Amino acid sequence: MITLEHYLTVASVIFVVGIFGIFLNRKNVIVILMSIELMLLAVNINFVAFSSFLGDLVGQVFSLFILTVAAAEAAIGLAILVCFFRVRGTIAVEEINSMKG
Amino acid sequence: MELTALAFYLFAIVSICSAIFVTLSRHPVHSVLWLILAFLSSAGLFVLLGAEFLAMLLIIIYVGAVAVLFLFVVMMLNVDFAALKADMAKFLPIGLLMGIVILIELGLVFGDWKFANNSLDLRVAITPPLHEVHNTEALGLLIYDEFIYLFQASGLILLVAMIGAIVLTMRHRKGIKRQNVMEQMSRDPSTAMELKDVKSGQGL
Repeated sequence: MITLEHYLTVASVIFVVGIFGIFLNRKNVIVILMSIELMLLAVNINFVAFSSFLGDLVGQVFSLFILTVAAAEAAIGLAILVCFFRVRGTIAVEEINSMKG
Repeated sequence: MELTALAFYLFAIVSICSAIFVTLSRHPVHSVLWLILAFLSSAGLFVLLGAEFLAMLLIIIYVGAVAVLFLFVVMMLNVDFAALKADMAKFLPIGLLMGIVILIELGLVFGDWKFANNSLDLRVAITPPLHEVHNTEALGLLIYDEFIYLFQASGLILLVAMIGAIVLTMRHRKGIKRQNVMEQMSRDPSTAMELKDVKSGQGL
C-alpha cells in the first residue's frame, strides 16, 4: 500500500538533489536553473500528494500556479543568461560580480 | 505486489535517478534530457495520485516548452562546458554534506508527523467523487469560479515574463537593413522619384 509518506519521501529526495545540484554546479548557470526546476517539481509533488490524500483540490490549483511561475522564471532566467553571455562571453556565475550597488 | 505499488516504485526510482543525473551529467544537453525524463516520470506519479490534468500539463509545459527552451539556450551558447565542470570535485564534499543535513532534517519532520484532528473539516474545495466529476472538470470549475483573479494574475505573470524575455534578448545590430515603416510612409513622389525626358534614340 502506497501511503502519503512514500510520496513525501520521493519529493524530499528530489528537493535535496536539487539543492545538491546547485552546490555542485556552482559555475554553470544553466544547470543551476535546471536544479531550481527540480526543486519546484518536488514542491509540486508535495502539493499534489497532500491534495490527493486529503481530498482537497486546492493543492492542485496551487500546483498549477507554481507551474506558471516556474515557466516564467525559466524564460526570464534564460533571457538574462543569453544577455550576460553576449556581454561577457561566459556563463560562469562567479564572474557576475561587476554589478554592485 | 500490486500494480499501483509497482508503478509507484518504478516512477519514483526513475525520477530520483534522473534528477541525480541532471546534476552529474558532463554536458548540459544530457542534463536537459535527464530533466525531461524526471518530469515524465513525475507526471506518472501525478497520474497515480489522480491528478491527470496536472500530469498532462507537466508534460506539455515542461517537456514541450521549458525543456526545449533549455535545449535552445544550451545549443545557442558556445560555452566551454568542460572548463565549468573542472572544479566540480571541489564542491562535491560540501554539497553532499548540505544534502545529507537537509535530508536528515526533512526525515526528522516526516518521521513524527500526523494530520491535525480537524484537518478534514478545514478543506476548502473537497474533491468531488470521480464518477460524478472528473479531475479536469473539477479543476476547471474551481479555477474559473473561485480562483478567477489568481488565474488572471498568473496570465499577467506570463505576459510580463514574455515581454521581459523579448526586451532582454532583442538587439538592434548596426549595419543591417531593416524596415522603417515611418520612413516608408513619409516618402513622397516628389523627392523619391525623378522624371527625365528622354529623347528617342538617345540614352541618358
